[in-house]
Amino acid sequence: MFNLKTLDKFKPIDDKTYQVIDNDGKVIIKDWIPDLKDEEIVQAYKDLLFERTADFMAVSYQRQGRMFTYPPNLGQEAIHIASGKVIQPEDWLVPAFRELGAWLAKGVSLWEIFLYFKGHEDGSKFLNAKRMLPISVPIASQLLHAVGIGYAMKYQGEKAVAFAYVGDGGTSEGDFHEALNFAAVWDVPVVFVVQNNRFAISVPLKMQTRSLNLAVKGVAYDVKSIAVDGNDFFAMHDVLSFAREFVLKENKPFLIEAKTYRQGAHTTSDDPTRYRTKDEEDEWALKDPLKRLQSYLISKKLWDPSEDEKLIAQYKKKIDSEFEKAEAYPEYKLDDVFDYMYENLPDELKRQKNNYQNYLNHVGGVK
Amino acid sequence: MKVMTLVQAITDAMDIKLSEDKNIVVYGEDVGVEGGVFRVTEGLQLKHGNSRVFDSPLAESAIAGTALGMAISGLRPIIEMQFDGFSFPAFNQIISHVARFRNRTRGKFEVPMVIRIPYGGGINALEHHSESPEAYFGHTPGLKVVIPSTPYDAKGLLISAIEDNDPVIYLEPKRIYRAIKQEVPEEKYTIPIGKASILNKGEHITVIAYGAMVREVQKAMVMAKAKSISVELIDLRTIWPIDRDTIRQSVQKTGRVLVVTEAPQSYGPAAELLQIVNEEAFLSLEAPPTRLTGFDTVIPLPLGEKFYMLTPERIFYEIEKLVKY
Repeated sequence: MFNLKTLDKFKPIDDKTYQVIDNDGKVIIKDWIPDLKDEEIVQAYKDLLFERTADFMAVSYQRQGRMFTYPPNLGQEAIHIASGKVIQPEDWLVPAFRELGAWLAKGVSLWEIFLYFKGHEDGSKFLNAKRMLPISVPIASQLLHAVGIGYAMKYQGEKAVAFAYVGDGGTSEGDFHEALNFAAVWDVPVVFVVQNNRFAISVPLKMQTRSLNLAVKGVAYDVKSIAVDGNDFFAMHDVLSFAREFVLKENKPFLIEAKTYRQGAHTTSDDPTRYRTKDEEDEWALKDPLKRLQSYLISKKLWDPSEDEKLIAQYKKKIDSEFEKAEAYPEYKLDDVFDYMYENLPDELKRQKNNYQNYLNHVGGVK
Repeated sequence: MKVMTLVQAITDAMDIKLSEDKNIVVYGEDVGVEGGVFRVTEGLQLKHGNSRVFDSPLAESAIAGTALGMAISGLRPIIEMQFDGFSFPAFNQIISHVARFRNRTRGKFEVPMVIRIPYGGGINALEHHSESPEAYFGHTPGLKVVIPSTPYDAKGLLISAIEDNDPVIYLEPKRIYRAIKQEVPEEKYTIPIGKASILNKGEHITVIAYGAMVREVQKAMVMAKAKSISVELIDLRTIWPIDRDTIRQSVQKTGRVLVVTEAPQSYGPAAELLQIVNEEAFLSLEAPPTRLTGFDTVIPLPLGEKFYMLTPERIFYEIEKLVKY
């Protein structure tokens, strides 16, 4: 059971990283037992496999020219699936843009994500996901929203947590530091999760910061902080669960640095061969989160790897049908450009819209 | 009715809304115990408690960003940027998120918040304390931008801004914070955002101004009157959305227009207003639509402000030129 004592053993200032299973899925902490039932762990594995399959498919839709720029999740899925297990319906999820599995767990539909990356704002409505913000493109800016949400929940006497995500590059942004500071001073229930995938597009971590690690950045703000093996589902689940409890009990923020590796490109427009070596990629392939969780399950006789192929085939069908739903979405209209700018469309925007409509009527449709 | 300064009218508006709506919170740098460096929030913390009126750490981006988080989760924050020049660190939050969240989420989340900013020059201040940033905000889709010029308008416009479900930038002409006193109703009332007011009916020329410049134009009008020039004075009150109707009706009648702004000239509000005149009253024009603005320079430190700030004499000079054109 991860507790305050465990937290104390993994001080960021000592550059320690919390880890439960090794690269072969073997438990390395003496007496450790999972706080999840076997079937829950199996389900987590399936969720991870689903995220990975959906992510591969998304990249392939983009390559086929059926979707625009997309940020792949490959290699970071353990963080997302563990988050999805821990985040409750009453909690807020404040994403950056690379947390696919966590979004799905919150209730976002895959077709909405496809619709968004096909270029339609309606994909951000997240019709079945309560308390989930849209993706945030300006790096680290979303962390402040989580702090404001935390203040509002505290003010309204709610017992819930805001989970906010950012990457390693984001920890260089002023908003990251302002968010930690405000959260600490205001004593608000926010869990910050830094997905340290070692690259901000092409810039490696060593050119990003001289900090010992990223968790240590929370220490000066008096935010409880810990570095975790982000490719270790159990380690992530332990720490996220503990963080949620801690934040609720203490009404104080918490910072998790999840150490991982972006196995894919930054986005489909990026080419990682320009800035990193094959050797490095191979080294990290050994720490792949899916493989590690699978090895654990096999060692416990909970999983037959021949099942994977059947599942993937089944998932692909489902994912294709979600994509078809996005493709069948009603055409983008002129109303979609104007009608959500304000609660009531101001006269000036009515005028601009009418002028354009008159032009359209004159030429007989969009050319 | 009670005689109030602009500052008192703004405080009164916040006090009324704080009493009426538990979801309203007021925060910023020094707004709590201190009551703000201009004392605009004076007494509010004592009356409404420190979970509703409070000091934040010193970071404008965070003040705006956290307010967005509050606004989308049920609160209605009123935040203060201590000075115009200090609103710039908050630009990313305001422009990239506050102004866009409704559109990004197709109305699932709305951002009912007010960003109060004391603005403008003429107060012998340090650098970064005398800026006129209204064009930046007026240029940003998704925001409304309001500037009162009287205590009466200040109260009514602020209450409208607080009750609006979209984000409103509320710029306070600090130069006239205490320079003007006026009878203001003690009860709640609103003044609609997007409607200009005609402060003086006139025949020969339309002058459009807002904020602290309104009073300077009024002084110039005394000189104009001595020369039998009749000025129609429009107080714009809202920078965006602009009240086209009032401008059109006035300029169609007078045929001449002068826009007076303290903000620098290029790409500024005056250019926008004059283009509206061109679109709406082109055939009525009897003189070139003209602007009198700040220079395209940094607003000087106090010793140089006499060159930069528009005086009644300069405004009158332009009025007379246009009427004689």
